Amino acid sequence: MSDGLLEQPTGRQRMGFFTDTSICIGCKACEVACKEWNQVPDDGLSLLGMSYDNTGMLGADTWRHVAFIEQDRPLGRQNNSVTVMPTGPSGTASTAAVVAAGLGDKHGSMLGTQTGRVHPGPQPHATPDGHVSPGGRTELRWLMASDVCKHCTHAACLDVCPTGSLIRTEFGTVVVQEDICNGCGYCVPACPYGVIDRRERDGRVWKCTLCYDRMTDGQEPACAKACPTDSIQFGPLDELRERAARRVEQLHGVGMPEARLYGADPDDGVGGTGAFFLLLDEPEVYGFPPDPVVTTRDLPRMWRHAALAAAGVAATVLAAFVTGARR
Amino acid sequence: MTRHEVRRDGLRDETPEREALIGAKGGRRPGRGGEMVPPAEFRSYYGRSVLKPPVWSARDIAGYLFLGGVAGGAALLAAGGDLTGRGSMRRAGRLISAGATGLGLAALIHDLGRPARFAHMLRVLKPTSPMSVGTWLLGGFGPLVGAAAAAELVGAATAAGVSGALPPSAGAAVRALGRSSGLAASLVAPALTTYTGVLIANTAVPLWHDAHRELPYLFGASALAGAGGLVAASTAVDEAGPARAAGIAGVLMEQALDRRIHKRLGMVAEPLDQGYPGRLMRASRLAGRAGAVLLAGSALRRSKALDVAGGLALAASSLLARFGYFHAGNASATDPRYTVVPQRERADRAGSVGAQHPADLGGGRGVRGEGQEPA
Ligand code: SF4
Ligand code: SF4
Repeated sequence: MSDGLLEQPTGRQRMGFFTDTSICIGCKACEVACKEWNQVPDDGLSLLGMSYDNTGMLGADTWRHVAFIEQDRPLGRQNNSVTVMPTGPSGTASTAAVVAAGLGDKHGSMLGTQTGRVHPGPQPHATPDGHVSPGGRTELRWLMASDVCKHCTHAACLDVCPTGSLIRTEFGTVVVQEDICNGCGYCVPACPYGVIDRRERDGRVWKCTLCYDRMTDGQEPACAKACPTDSIQFGPLDELRERAARRVEQLHGVGMPEARLYGADPDDGVGGTGAFFLLLDEPEVYGFPPDPVVTTRDLPRMWRHAALAAAGVAATVLAAFVTGARR
Repeated sequence: MTRHEVRRDGLRDETPEREALIGAKGGRRPGRGGEMVPPAEFRSYYGRSVLKPPVWSARDIAGYLFLGGVAGGAALLAAGGDLTGRGSMRRAGRLISAGATGLGLAALIHDLGRPARFAHMLRVLKPTSPMSVGTWLLGGFGPLVGAAAAAELVGAATAAGVSGALPPSAGAAVRALGRSSGLAASLVAPALTTYTGVLIANTAVPLWHDAHRELPYLFGASALAGAGGLVAASTAVDEAGPARAAGIAGVLMEQALDRRIHKRLGMVAEPLDQGYPGRLMRASRLAGRAGAVLLAGSALRRSKALDVAGGLALAASSLLARFGYFHAGNASATDPRYTVVPQRERADRAGSVGAQHPADLGGGRGVRGEGQEPA
């Protein structure tokens, strides 16, 4: 690669990811590249029944996760030929039911990718006999999106870390110092995106570093490097935001009014994210929180309540000695 | 793979893929068709959790929420007992407080992924991290209440003339040390009972975070119930009045605050009434009411049996409530409903989803548990 190197980041610029899901082809090169470069441990092999997604969700051992969503909806002006395709009826509804059962009442959390391993058994329409028809399908689109740590401007994980293990780097990214983390686990429920997690056998927490090691060497992160369509774009955040805004306009212009940015607004609940996305549906469809807020935004108010409550406790005990003395 | 240049001077050598005009060809009217299901409650990615629930073990952390409260409340009662000449209350309060502090600290360390690195907590003091603040609070409180309890034990041994104990002349010095450290501990104690509310409220867990206005008060009240109960149960009957009063007041306030949380939070408070946490909370309310009645009975006609039964019931009520809130928080974090529904309402009210929300496409809500709109 001759001219693909970035200019050496100066460390004064905030670097980030723009993940344009409209051109993601779901090849999972990012997942693989991340695992290899960062030597992220194996986390089991399972069939989740969620379209082509057998990764499940981000976690201590999954720092890039490609989501697959099949929808009975058209993609822009595209003629999808579904009406002439001998596919049989859509299986999404029946698989979704199997997946939901596999996830149980924990909804797939806390189980890593072992989560929701499904045994679908024969599907009702798997082998249609005789004439094969579209089976009632008229529309089809397939959404794919590569999820990652958002490297929030106001990062809850970093705020709540009691050891100072989580730090903000010179590139504006959020990184765990593994020699400091004592595995208290506070960052895990603090993250409004459900990204960071504790590795069970190791005891510490792990997440995407935006390839801190590569960046300090002037290299782009492994996932962006591996992405064959440039769905994952890496660069100075302000430039990425400009480009993303143009891309949204472009898509609106060709009949994709549903194209929208997620995390690009510096006024949102986390002050904008260092890794932001172009989505073709509501964020929750991809497993993102629709309106995340950094928990520490409310912390000053919480401390005031705690101080008032503490005064109330002391006053109650005082009153107890005054009234209780008579009894 | 492709040239991946991001340069200050513009977008040169752009790769064509980035600009791929997906959905542009075909000549149909865009945005037709769409959802074939009736609008349901909310959409999600295959019904999966959005958040990661806490990795904390219930025994350690819910246990600590209880123990920390008891430690703080008992230290206050011990100081009051000391100042008002209630010797047995002072003794019970100091010993209970020191015991709860020790157990609580052990639980906190045990829950770490790397217990040997506990001392890393002492690298920094961060006001944005209630866990850091709490560690320092405990670090100040523990030695004080430990010294007060030690003075109590040494004093008792000296008074009993145990061989090897201090000479009787040292008794006054030991008592003075016990009093000063006990009183100093009582200055930290109120904060110890309420900061745990902030500890769990300062997360993305929907139930805990949304209850951040009430949790410090609820935990403070619960601490009084637990500590009042335990101290009342282990104090001489004619000295236990203030402990009974504190315990009863605590449990009444706790239940009132719990009702307030239910009222203000609406659907996000549902997990408090469902399944295992629901059973814990019901048991807590019953035990709390029974304990309050028994202790009130003992206030009217003094009875050790009533004090013990009522005191233990109050302590059980406090313990059950902490476990109830702990497990209900976990449930609210795992079920995407409690993350998505309130946030979607908020986003819709604010009129922004980061961008537009086309009525012809995004209006419906998929069936729960499915990331897609099944036909
Ligand atoms: S809060 Fe979550 S998404 Fe934001 S930087 Fe921390 S781990 Fe990443
Ligand atoms: S688990 Fe590690 S990184 Fe997370 S808050 Fe605790 S010490 Fe910090």
